Amino acid sequence: MAVLAAALVLPACGDEGDQTVTVLAAASLTDAFTTLGRTFEDDHPGTTVDLSFGPSSGLATSIVEGAPADVFASASPTAMADVVAAGAADGDPTEFARNVLEIVVPAGNPGGVRGLADLARDDLLVGLCAPDVPCGDVAARVLDDAGVTPATDTEEADVRALLTKVSEGELDLGLVYETDVRAAADDVEGIPLPDGVPAGTRYPIAVMDGAGDADLARDFVALVEGPEGQGVLGDLGFRAP
Amino acid sequence: MTDPRRSAPVPLLVLAAVGAAFVVLPLVGLLQRVPWSDLLDELAAPAVREALKLSLATSLAATATSLVLGVPLAWVLARVAFPGRSLVRAAVTLPMVLPPVVGGAALLFALGRRGLVGSWLEDALGVHLPFTTAGVVVANTFVAMPFLVVSVEGALRGTDERYEEAAATLGASRWAVLTRVTLPLVRPSLVAGALLCWARALGEFGATITFAGNLPGRTQTMPLAVFLALERDRGAAVVLSLVLVAVSLVVLVGLRDRWLRV
Repeated sequence: MAVLAAALVLPACGDEGDQTVTVLAAASLTDAFTTLGRTFEDDHPGTTVDLSFGPSSGLATSIVEGAPADVFASASPTAMADVVAAGAADGDPTEFARNVLEIVVPAGNPGGVRGLADLARDDLLVGLCAPDVPCGDVAARVLDDAGVTPATDTEEADVRALLTKVSEGELDLGLVYETDVRAAADDVEGIPLPDGVPAGTRYPIAVMDGAGDADLARDFVALVEGPEGQGVLGDLGFRAP
Repeated sequence: MTDPRRSAPVPLLVLAAVGAAFVVLPLVGLLQRVPWSDLLDELAAPAVREALKLSLATSLAATATSLVLGVPLAWVLARVAFPGRSLVRAAVTLPMVLPPVVGGAALLFALGRRGLVGSWLEDALGVHLPFTTAGVVVANTFVAMPFLVVSVEGALRGTDERYEEAAATLGASRWAVLTRVTLPLVRPSLVAGALLCWARALGEFGATITFAGNLPGRTQTMPLAVFLALERDRGAAVVLSLVLVAVSLVVLVGLRDRWLRV
């Protein structure tokens, strides 16, 4: 029995051949995980990190439908819960970061935006994330709490698509994560929401069931949760879990 | 007469069958996921009707725009020799191979309010295309018109110009030659091209969501509705897809029987 177990385990950690860790991550993690993916490849010679970014809810659907994934990092506990409920996660997810929504405007604030109430202005081009994706879900909660009915002109498919349209100046304002504002600091300005507004979201991460190399996948999660990963996330403006 | 089926080589038949299965199999996969019991409820949802109406209206408007602009373009490319014609011909067909998202971004850079033409449109005419239904038609036309142009231009190049010369010799005006001789000659290709153009416009996704955004009732066409429903409710996405497949099939089969004897 022990021999059999050893035989099963050995090839997994023995050779340093062409190994791949496939990581599906929320769009808002694009910069952080691109950096961490490179760090991981440097630390594990011969290993490639395949990163795929998108709206967490869409990634969760793909995973539930059987898309190959070794690690899933979600911008919402709800999307992760769907994956866990489908039995696609290996072990319990852990939270590794928090983020907060804020108002984003193009550099120079051409629309003269001052606060949440401006989302209701008809004369401005207002963008939100679609209600089906996490950033849209949080935005809906914020607007509901503030009693603002937005004069929405577009509901973008993920937070980065929304950010791009604001940084291109095609939209006058939107609601994105504060880390997105920081990532596009040359082209946009952020207006933080007042304290007490329910604008926060949490980021869970988990190794997926049937990961090609579960140990390698766990190493990646450990990198994200460890000091190095937390440092990268902190530099980009993510808050500690 | 021998039965052509009997003379067809077996390997050809096998590959043809695989080819057909390759196209049909995903549709079977879709059908197998249809929540038949909730079908009527899902179909009755106003969002579905809204998206379908918007899809039909914008794809037809894009086809009409393509006919108005694309047929003259095809005629010029086929009949007028000018320097750089092959370059223009290549540029015109570029949207067929370009990823639609790239097309949408290009449209945004050109026609967005900070864009080359867009800033002028906004200042001079007060016209703003992104995030409007007109923007959807623009995106659809950009992606779909080449299908019409290629089809009509190919047919024009293949027709015998002597028919037109004969008509002109007999005293027909240039307009009469065009409408009574040239266009009837290329009619099958014109119809096929328009049909392909419409079908492409109906299914357009990438350029639309990039250039026109996504808002139910204004810019959210069926493909966009399907994409976003997939994030939340697969049942709704499948029903929307089923509607899209059914509408497309009905139109393709109907038009094919009526106009395209193939």
